[in-house]
Amino acid sequence: MAVPAIRVAALTKRYGDLLALAGIDLEIGQGEFFGLLGPNGAGKTTLISALAGLIRADSGTLEIMGHDVTAASHHARLKLGVVPQELVFDPFFTVREVLQFQSGYFGIRGNDDWIDEILHRLDLHPKANANMRTLSGGMKRRVLVAQALVHRPPVIVLDEPTAGVDVELRQSLWRFVQKLNADGHTVVLTTHYLEEAETLCGRIAMMKAGRIVALDTTANLLSSSTTRSLKVRVAQPAAALALGGMAAGDWVEFGLDDPATVETLLARLRETGAGVREIAIGEPDLERVFVEVMHRA
Amino acid sequence: MPDPVRVSPFIGFRTLLHKEILRFWKVGFQTVAAPVLNALLFLLIFSHVLDRHITVYGDVPYTAFLVPGLVMMSLLQNAFANSSSSLIQSKITGNIIFVLLPPLSCRVFYAAYVLAAILRGLLVAAGVWLVACLFVAAPLAQPAWALAFAVLGGALLATFGIIAGIWADKFDQLASFQNFIVMPLTMLSGVFYSIHSLPPLWQRVSHFNPFFFMIDGFRYGFFGQSDASPWLSLAVTGSCLIALAALTLVMLAKGYKLRG
Repeated sequence: MAVPAIRVAALTKRYGDLLALAGIDLEIGQGEFFGLLGPNGAGKTTLISALAGLIRADSGTLEIMGHDVTAASHHARLKLGVVPQELVFDPFFTVREVLQFQSGYFGIRGNDDWIDEILHRLDLHPKANANMRTLSGGMKRRVLVAQALVHRPPVIVLDEPTAGVDVELRQSLWRFVQKLNADGHTVVLTTHYLEEAETLCGRIAMMKAGRIVALDTTANLLSSSTTRSLKVRVAQPAAALALGGMAAGDWVEFGLDDPATVETLLARLRETGAGVREIAIGEPDLERVFVEVMHRA
Repeated sequence: MPDPVRVSPFIGFRTLLHKEILRFWKVGFQTVAAPVLNALLFLLIFSHVLDRHITVYGDVPYTAFLVPGLVMMSLLQNAFANSSSSLIQSKITGNIIFVLLPPLSCRVFYAAYVLAAILRGLLVAAGVWLVACLFVAAPLAQPAWALAFAVLGGALLATFGIIAGIWADKFDQLASFQNFIVMPLTMLSGVFYSIHSLPPLWQRVSHFNPFFFMIDGFRYGFFGQSDASPWLSLAVTGSCLIALAALTLVMLAKGYKLRG
């Protein structure tokens, strides 16, 4: 049986009175596209920092491709690429220099072919010789992705890589990451864009206050939600909204905690003269599941 | 799965050293030319005021005496500035992460930062010496001694710079290292005077200042004579370097203020 790409066991980390990680247990298999979700302060970045060796956990074990991040840090770090959340860069150097240095830090010489390929795939080639200071925020974000990939790590962690990124870059970035995942890389993603996680991730962990409060495949998480919605297209939207609906484009949407309330709701819409023209039942999305899980936890 | 890559730890060291050298070289006017100019201003002003009034070691003119002191002072200050400023900038801007994520050992990290800082110190020192030679004859009587103290002194201050860069969280904390430790110890080390011109008490106090031994030993390389034995100066400088290097390696191994 293949070793897990990431194995976390009983991991704790405390900052003063704050318990940032309260005994995390987690296994991520090789080749997975895994989502790590949670509100700000849930412990996602702390967990990633511990994986990357940027912080030392108080207790517990962390392994990357079977290598302990403390006892075998050299091997563990070779297997991991991290795209940090903050838009950090070195203002002294060009994009190509930055990538050559990063490659060298990992002990790799003569890596120019791969660097050129990354530059092309991330549409960075026209900026290869530009100083980092002159790049837009989106371009700097692409360079961070390139830096994480320069040593061809089998495990890639992306910590909110699309925060503040325009739609075009977001889409091209996901195409690239999906290609990497198809090539065999394990991808771990944290994001606040839940529709991205729903589309991309095969399995998801949700964190709150340093604990994992939900862990399952995306499909199972979605089917676990009991909450559906009733969507109606009406002649008089104001009348429907007055009944507690939420505008969603041409539609008005009502949450359904109990499917039996559909008939009651439709009757009230008729009474108010909203003029129902079209009806649809909305399936739960990850955002709704996320809210439910966070309320339960 | 992508092809595995061949890796070598020596390449990590070479790359970090190259990056650190390029970092100061790209702003060479600020990091090399400006310190050379500063040292020359000291030389011109002090020699103009004092050259006719003071001789040292019997018949050495004051301006010639001043040259090795200024050369070494520039070397030490710039070695300190290089490692400390590189680290504090990387910490504050956050790009320190790029050298913390890869598998660079603490020895590689230490050696690359120290060597780059020594190189900057030597470049500044060479610049000060060469330009000073336009104004005054300052030949090297014992070049091996001069080189030994230049390298060891540069390594010592580069190491101290790493400690300061790691410890400081803000630029003003780092500036306090420069202004309240490096600068006073340099100025009171005999750059501008022979300690034999001091009262006995202050001569004894000077022997507790490691900067005195670095500069005095370096000066021996120029004149073949010095206030203290060059072997004693070498022992003090070497001991201080070993102690600070050990402390720095422990800090790096523990990830002190670098890995939370």
